[in-house]
Amino acid sequence: MGRYLRRLGIFAVTLLGASILIFAVTAALPGDIAQVLLGTDATPERVEALRREYGLDRPLPLRYLEWLGGVLTGNFGISHLSRQPVLALIGPSLAVTAWLVGLGILGALLIALPAGMVAALKRRHWQGFAVNALAQLGMAIPVFFGGMLIVLVFSGWLGWLPPNGYVPLRTDPVQWARHLVLPVATLAVVQGAVLIRYVRSAFVEVLSEDYYRTARAIGWTPAAALLRHGVRNAAVSLVTVIGLQLSAVLVGAIVVEYVFGLPGLGWLLLNAVGQRDLFVIQGTVMFLVLAVLVINALVDFSYLLIDPRQRAQGEIG
Amino acid sequence: MDYRGLVRGPRRLLAVMLAGCLLLVATACSPSGPDTPARTLTVGATLEPPAMDPFHNTAASIPQVLLYNVYETLLKVDSEGKLRPLLAQNWEVSTDRKTYTFHLNPAAKFASGAPVDAAAVKANIDRMRTDPKLTETLRAQLEVVEAVEAPDAAHVVMKLNRPSLMWLYEMSSTLGMIVDPTFTGDLADATAGSGPYQLETHNRGQSVVLSRNADYWGTPGRFDQVTFRYYGDPNAMNASMLAGDLDVISNLQAPDALPQFSDTSRFTTITGTTNGEVVLGLNNATEALSKREVRLALTMAINRKALRDTVWNGQGTLIGSMVVPTDPWWEDLSNLTPYDPAKAKELLAEAGYPDGLTLRLRVPVIPYAVKSAQFVASQLRDIGVTATIEELEFTRWIPEVLTNGDYDMTIVGHVEGWDIAKFANPNYYWHYDSAEFQRLFALADEATEADAPPLMKQAARYLATDAAAIWLFALPNLVITKKNITGVAQNATSLSFDLTTIASA
Repeated sequence: MGRYLRRLGIFAVTLLGASILIFAVTAALPGDIAQVLLGTDATPERVEALRREYGLDRPLPLRYLEWLGGVLTGNFGISHLSRQPVLALIGPSLAVTAWLVGLGILGALLIALPAGMVAALKRRHWQGFAVNALAQLGMAIPVFFGGMLIVLVFSGWLGWLPPNGYVPLRTDPVQWARHLVLPVATLAVVQGAVLIRYVRSAFVEVLSEDYYRTARAIGWTPAAALLRHGVRNAAVSLVTVIGLQLSAVLVGAIVVEYVFGLPGLGWLLLNAVGQRDLFVIQGTVMFLVLAVLVINALVDFSYLLIDPRQRAQGEIG
Repeated sequence: MDYRGLVRGPRRLLAVMLAGCLLLVATACSPSGPDTPARTLTVGATLEPPAMDPFHNTAASIPQVLLYNVYETLLKVDSEGKLRPLLAQNWEVSTDRKTYTFHLNPAAKFASGAPVDAAAVKANIDRMRTDPKLTETLRAQLEVVEAVEAPDAAHVVMKLNRPSLMWLYEMSSTLGMIVDPTFTGDLADATAGSGPYQLETHNRGQSVVLSRNADYWGTPGRFDQVTFRYYGDPNAMNASMLAGDLDVISNLQAPDALPQFSDTSRFTTITGTTNGEVVLGLNNATEALSKREVRLALTMAINRKALRDTVWNGQGTLIGSMVVPTDPWWEDLSNLTPYDPAKAKELLAEAGYPDGLTLRLRVPVIPYAVKSAQFVASQLRDIGVTATIEELEFTRWIPEVLTNGDYDMTIVGHVEGWDIAKFANPNYYWHYDSAEFQRLFALADEATEADAPPLMKQAARYLATDAAAIWLFALPNLVITKKNITGVAQNATSLSFDLTTIASA
């Protein structure tokens, strides 16, 4: 029990630290929203007056505490630029990014699991080398370039799918899927290529384990033995890697959102930074931090599900 | 708890994943949903309006959508750059040119059904005057207005504290947009105009959708729905056009992409002019650049034609002063100070810089500005001037360069019409304080529409000979449309992407 309380404490302290950091960094950005809104002709007096109107002239600690108080009560403030509540802006964007990242990781696993297994089983054959080579190639291609290439082929030449844009699931599920295929595929290919190496080494390890040799000895084929006994053993390290990769996937998602014109969190954040829409920047980054922390916690929790040995420890501790 | 089920978890999960993927592919390849309504237009653009309120944000993307299409003005600028009636059928100016009487069109009404009468026009001016958040641009334009009177429903009398042709022109833009005074909502996400279209939805990050104003008082809009789709990446916009998702690209942002649309059986390319001057701004308040010889030397050192050919693929007009081809006082001044590096060196020596000098070239991170800066720096090296380039994010460039004048040279596009006026303001970031130019400009500004052109020509010529800045080129208006689209104006003479003349066959 105490273990969970401690975890919760660490969780809270991390969030608090992140909030201070986020607030300090956004406050230190040169240029401000009053200037953006008033335009290029604005005199310093007018800018100062509008800053006062928005309360931007008050001491930083006070503004921080006010913002923190709002966040704790679920009020992330209002975007000065669009005059929308920050949460109303984050909501739809979060849905876009969640679909993109979720399906992207799923796709990456669908690519990496079979390919990594082949690479492990046939590691002294041409198939293994081929998989390795393809994975290296996939890793070497920058996300934006891969995305443009995919658009060129599937939208430009073949004309199968729209090159960019987004339609919410509730508006039109078919169009939603059509618009997501290419960005998800881009993210999946790039992340899949990264994962293949980890899958391969996880399975190579399994191949030298006693239980695998035993399974082979009683007549299981290599593939069957690997699937029956290997997957679960490899899963622990894979889940760790995926958890660690998550921030990389989010960064990748920002680039993919840009290339495919998806209005996700990356788009929201880039836009807000460009226009100094402080509450939107702070709110979005807070959300991303929270998402990463929650997922890391879920990763830790999943060890218990995957590996009974850790469960036993958990019960003793 | 029973964990046995979990042993098979990964395999079951795999099966679910595969099924999901198959579903995704299946739905992706099936034909698209129900047929879209027949009369729609989709326009691609690069800058999305942050909100729809043009009075509290100077973003040019707002009038691009709303001006003339949703909000109408008393008078409008036509595609030749001339002032034409819109809500006002005509107007008279007193002999001292300080009193304008506008005769409103009695048919004009807002989308709500309320009439666009004199009281509505007066209410708009009064509202702006008392609005503490009004953009500085509009506040400054409004300063010249002393009083607005509405003697009867059909007549508005505007009294100015000095004659100003510039003010009349601004009344054809954001300053003159007439908002329904009965509207009580927030203009950030709703519209209340008298134009042929009204705002339907703003899908943030994606598009702004306009729908037809069914009760429009004039020639009705030709489309039931017009969508402005926004692209952060110009290449993505080009891809959408090639894929057939767009009817129009409002202005091609990368001129080197023109050949992609060379298939004349599918696309029409329109090449015209805009109000945008790309200006190499000189800080006239610095010691070196306060000397006319130095400014002239810098002008002569830069081959502006070669620059335009390199930076903007040979598209755009060479200008030589703060004028563009659609201005009533346009004249080609691009050869007034020809490219002559040898002479430039002499001038520098005369001015007291025989060994050259070092200047900071602080530019915003905008493609044409960065490319131009590199070209300029390499040319200035030939006359012994070292230009140290600093790239600043636009939101940082505004306070540092524009407001505080912390720069020697900078490059930025000025997209508003008739913006030669800015050189008459010694506090603007060029800090160009010339009594002679201010006198010439005032003469032209005080003249009537008919008398102004020759006077303003003199003022523009003076700017060029005094090398108040260096005018690199005027941005072209490069519009791509599908073959069946007609009526897109050749020149972008206002901030509006004017839908009122566009039709599809």
